[in-house]
Amino acid sequence: MHAPATSSATMKISVRYFARVREKLGAGQELQFDAASSPGSVGALREWLCAQSPEHAEALAPSQGLRAALDQAMCSPDDPLHDGAEVAFFPPVTGG
Amino acid sequence: MALLHRHVSVQSEDFVLQAELDALSQGDLDLGAVTSFVGRVRQWGQGSQGLELEHYPGMTERSIQAMIDEAARRFELRGVRIIHRVGRLALGEQIVLVAVSSSHRRAAFQGCEFLMDWLKTQAPFWKKEVTASGGQWVDARVQDDEALARWGQVPGAQSNGMASSGAAS
Repeated sequence: MHAPATSSATMKISVRYFARVREKLGAGQELQFDAASSPGSVGALREWLCAQSPEHAEALAPSQGLRAALDQAMCSPDDPLHDGAEVAFFPPVTGG
Repeated sequence: MALLHRHVSVQSEDFVLQAELDALSQGDLDLGAVTSFVGRVRQWGQGSQGLELEHYPGMTERSIQAMIDEAARRFELRGVRIIHRVGRLALGEQIVLVAVSSSHRRAAFQGCEFLMDWLKTQAPFWKKEVTASGGQWVDARVQDDEALARWGQVPGAQSNGMASSGAAS
């Protein structure tokens, strides 16, 4: 392991889970990627997470119909990630 | 029009409707109309003992503030007061309040309904029905997406995932 040449060489992503996703995977996880190999979008991050374990693959499967938020605002799968992003995955909301 | 009064609270405590309406109206002599909606915990299925409400701290408040901004752009509102309770709630308990003030009734009615339609499909809350054998997450309803769609294009709003395969897929 060697330190990155600049701070821009790494991407830190904070992942949060809620409701039934949280019950399966926990409250969330802190990720760090090499910038060059980091998932480029929220949808790509979901696919990367699905590859991490069978539990992730099931809880985050497309068939679950999950929604996502980027930096605490509803987002679409194409939205790009950035260093320090907070990404959340959760089922359709049921408040009110 | 800038709002004269704005209050958002996500809390476990119950609220008293009249006290909230008094706070919304206090000192505003051009206020001619106040509407309010109170949601209560109803029995979802057999053996239901109430609800457990989870939310996304931080995003919840941001989401509600953004929807109030949009309501104030669309309707001639003077004040908005929104309370959403979280945690364990028994059957019959109050769960949500949306109270709106305006000079005239039409804006007050419309503003209140718009805010509730947004809250149902855009604010990050999740209901879990509590039963003796544990609990079950409540499913979102396609009718709630359709209710928000009646208002046309709403900036920042995303489908709640009932009509399509979902935003994260």
